[in-house]
Amino acid sequence: MKAKIYISYKEGILDPQGKTVSHALDAIGIKKINSVRMGKYIEMEFNGISKDKASEITDESCRKLLANPNTETYTFEIVEN
Amino acid sequence: MHFGVIVFPGSNCDHDAYHVFRHILDVPVGFVWHRESDLKKYDAILIPGGFSYGDYLRTGAIARFSPIMESIIKEANAGKPVFGICNGFQILIESGLLPGALIVNQDVRFLSQNVTIEVDSTNSIYTRSMKKGHRLTMPIAHKQGNFIADEDTLKILQNEDRIAFRYSKGRKGNPNGSTDRIAGILNKKRNVLGMMPHPERAAESILGSDDGIDIFKSIIGVS
Repeated sequence: MKAKIYISYKEGILDPQGKTVSHALDAIGIKKINSVRMGKYIEMEFNGISKDKASEITDESCRKLLANPNTETYTFEIVEN
Repeated sequence: MHFGVIVFPGSNCDHDAYHVFRHILDVPVGFVWHRESDLKKYDAILIPGGFSYGDYLRTGAIARFSPIMESIIKEANAGKPVFGICNGFQILIESGLLPGALIVNQDVRFLSQNVTIEVDSTNSIYTRSMKKGHRLTMPIAHKQGNFIADEDTLKILQNEDRIAFRYSKGRKGNPNGSTDRIAGILNKKRNVLGMMPHPERAAESILGSDDGIDIFKSIIGVS
């Protein structure tokens, strides 16, 4: 079983990297993009535990370490390998 | 006054800070490895700059869970001075001892240059010997030093006179793009200071500026 975790800046938090990438896309002629937001993608693997337990552990990991509650939000999904 | 300089894997300004206390100011100082937990013998704690844990995940995020941090939080809450410089500031924010966040600089570049900062609040042991508006020149060396905070937090910092240092006015003065030109902030009790510029790297004239020594002298109460 695997957790797929997506961490991104909260709405309203400036994302200088996303802005720079957005400008670069525009510069190479790729248009019609309103905005670019950059974040992190993290995978965690589990063995021999229930989906509920995996979800609980993933949520605790996000809250305590993986995401910064001041600036970031997170979502995740638990998938079978 | 006995100073403890915390050393994490990846700290790289620890010896600069030690040098300031030991050789410039001639006050007792010791290194404290991050796996230790006893800070009783120290009267003040300095968390130095560097790249603790390689800045993995987020700057300061992993150092925040080092064994020593529990003691630092306890001592800070009891009123002991805790001074975080650069990566030390980032760690203090991750640990919740200071509010807000330090995100990537507005130009998404590592900045290594001199800046001029101005003393804003003189109501702390770090700034008590200086006048409001006093200008200090010292280096910055960081990629994540762009201070942000939500509006409520910002108001609290302003209303409670907790902005210790601001970058000087103008685009050149605030190169990382920090909100309200904030370069250093205090906690509510005013015993914890975090700042991005490096006073320990500008503490004697051979380094190009000795402005930074004013902050350390203020802490130990000499002029």
